[in-house]
Amino acid sequence: MSKRCEPPATFAPAPEASPLRDRLRSALIGAAKAAGVALGLAFPLLAYRTETDFSNALVLQERWAAVAAIALAAFVVRLICLLIPGRTKAASSPRRRRAEFAAIVARSRRLISAAGLASLIAFPLVVLVLLGPARSLKWIDSYGIQILIYMTLGWGLNIVVGLAGLLDLGYVAFYAVGAYSYALLSTNFGWSFWASLPIAGLLAALWGVALGFPVLRLRGDYLAIVTLAFGEIIRIVLTNWTDLTNGEAGVSSIPRVSFFGLPFIAGPEGFAAHFGLAYSPIYRVIFLFYLALALALLTNFVTLRLRRMPLGRAWEALREDEIACRSLGINTVAVKLAAFALGALVGGLAGAVFAARQGFVSPSSFTFIESATILAIVVLGGAGSQLGVALAALFIIGGSELLRELDWLQHIVGEGFDPTQYRMLIIGFALIVIMNWKPRGLIANRTPSVFLAEPRLAAPALAEEGRV
Amino acid sequence: MRAPHTALLSVEHLTMRFGGVIAIDDLSFTAARGEITALIGPNGAGKTTVFNCVTGFYKPSAGRLALTPSGAAAPEDLLALTQSGRRFSETASGEIYLLERMADFEIAQRGRVARTFQNIRLFAGMTALENLIVAQHNALMAASGPGLWGLFGLPSHRARQKAAIETAKYWLEQIDLIGRADDPAGALPYGAQRRLEIARAMCARPALLCLDEPAAGLNPRESAELAALLRAIRDEHAASILLIEHDMSVVMEISDHIVVLDYGEKIADGAPSAIRKDPKVIKAYLGVDDEDEVDLAASGTRA
Repeated sequence: MSKRCEPPATFAPAPEASPLRDRLRSALIGAAKAAGVALGLAFPLLAYRTETDFSNALVLQERWAAVAAIALAAFVVRLICLLIPGRTKAASSPRRRRAEFAAIVARSRRLISAAGLASLIAFPLVVLVLLGPARSLKWIDSYGIQILIYMTLGWGLNIVVGLAGLLDLGYVAFYAVGAYSYALLSTNFGWSFWASLPIAGLLAALWGVALGFPVLRLRGDYLAIVTLAFGEIIRIVLTNWTDLTNGEAGVSSIPRVSFFGLPFIAGPEGFAAHFGLAYSPIYRVIFLFYLALALALLTNFVTLRLRRMPLGRAWEALREDEIACRSLGINTVAVKLAAFALGALVGGLAGAVFAARQGFVSPSSFTFIESATILAIVVLGGAGSQLGVALAALFIIGGSELLRELDWLQHIVGEGFDPTQYRMLIIGFALIVIMNWKPRGLIANRTPSVFLAEPRLAAPALAEEGRV
Repeated sequence: MRAPHTALLSVEHLTMRFGGVIAIDDLSFTAARGEITALIGPNGAGKTTVFNCVTGFYKPSAGRLALTPSGAAAPEDLLALTQSGRRFSETASGEIYLLERMADFEIAQRGRVARTFQNIRLFAGMTALENLIVAQHNALMAASGPGLWGLFGLPSHRARQKAAIETAKYWLEQIDLIGRADDPAGALPYGAQRRLEIARAMCARPALLCLDEPAAGLNPRESAELAALLRAIRDEHAASILLIEHDMSVVMEISDHIVVLDYGEKIADGAPSAIRKDPKVIKAYLGVDDEDEVDLAASGTRA
């Protein structure tokens, strides 16, 4: 990377003038303030709880210990934050820290990508060796495959939102079209996964164009509302068109994916028997993992290539200024429809993989929260950044799965406490913290698609500022 | 290598109404090939509206805008095209484009009309180099099939891409920004952004370059450089220029022909020396005493 990535020399750290005692004092005061705020918040939320007793009457339960624990935790965390050097306001400006972080990320981006790819390829095998077939099933399926599907969806939506700058709140519609395409083609006509996959993608792309046409003249908030409505329309049609989709009950017993024709079943015709292995469901899951990985990598490859081609540059130019695009002879209608179609195609392919993984689809899998999650992945990752979207998918999907496993908290808080109920609260809180820390997403630097001199990064302040 | 002075753009009876407001009223003028035609007038005279009609951002209420890039059209050809209802004809005897019928991107793509904007419209987050490559979109798309063959790295696409970078490099050198090629366009100083926008328009290889106040906000030295750049564009790149400008030193220095608008009507049309002395122009720009106005009215100012 070039030297221009370094922050300007004028941001030299301010001298540490105050002696340790003053610093400790100010840290204690800051921590006390934080504890006070926490106390104020915890009191109305936690202090009293109504319970029904044996005679079915409401009794007030006091929970002062929990309030005290929250306040104490706020005090300790804030004190640590204030005492760590470089974290105080005097020692270093947030701007400098951000610039330093951006420079580090920029330098190590290639390394992170390579390491990420290697660990993704090795992941199922490592888990298998470490945990054995029975216990690794969950890790490869709910973590591995699910994260990969969302990574693919994030990359697909990134084409529409991150590159072309078209805010799409109904992306789940294409995911649903892909999933139902495979589900219905396989259960009604006995189509195999491999035959259905391209059809699922094409049908979704068709719907992408169908959505694209009416919203050609819309941008920003207005576009977001229409796409939101589109996502809901698709879901409601799937719910109510019971003849075709079986309504709310969904389509079940969707055929599992086969190893290029070899089914993953017990018995002499199965995959395991053919290769002389003992039967285990783990082979199917591992195969599906690599399938999802291949789809994700294909999406990534195509997007990265397109970014360096006229169509991809036109998308980014469209995000920056549509009128200027038209003044340069770019057919913005075609460019927009291409973005919608390609984004939807990726969503459809991911949907087919999802249907193959679940073996069951119903409209409840395609609610608005799915669109919001995918959009959150794109925004958290840094709209336009492929690596950022991958990291965000890992964080949001992996994190919310990990939070299902907080049973140990019951030993601390009490038997009646159900930690999984706080899952979305914790994820939401973490998102707020991260977006405050990095308002333009984890990776906000835009890599130019072509260089005259040597590769360098656009200043984060200029890349995609407030475009989403 | 000045081309013969035939009409490149003929604006005939152009009228633009916004509801009850008449922004342009029956305006006719021509922009000649190989010349710099300036469109001047007080604020609100309708200059930018003319630009928006010429570049297709507005659909004119009435009038004909004929663009003839390869020579003046024979009147019977022009009439035949107008009556046929088609938007353009690309025959061996020369192309005719009726701009009032064409979409904005089509005017840029087929008619090769490029423009800049009064408030700069660069792709701020993209680098200067990328801005100039986006401007060559159509040529690049043609080389990469329906835009997808480049996925497989076909040689025709690669060669065209290289040529596009060379064109961009040439223009970056012309506007003295080659050292900042890889910087985001939004990070460039104001004057550099104005020059980059002109270079971006030139990368689309226009026959007609429309510049909306290119000297706005420039200091005198930058204005002088701009005048030299525009002259070079006219003389070396066979691009005719239609120019809106308030900076009279620039206008008088470089224009071959000046059209003066006031309240949507043409009040004068001619060479810079004639325009400078025209009493109606002086009145529109400076205002005159009441007595003089009576004299002017008597001599038929508001014809």
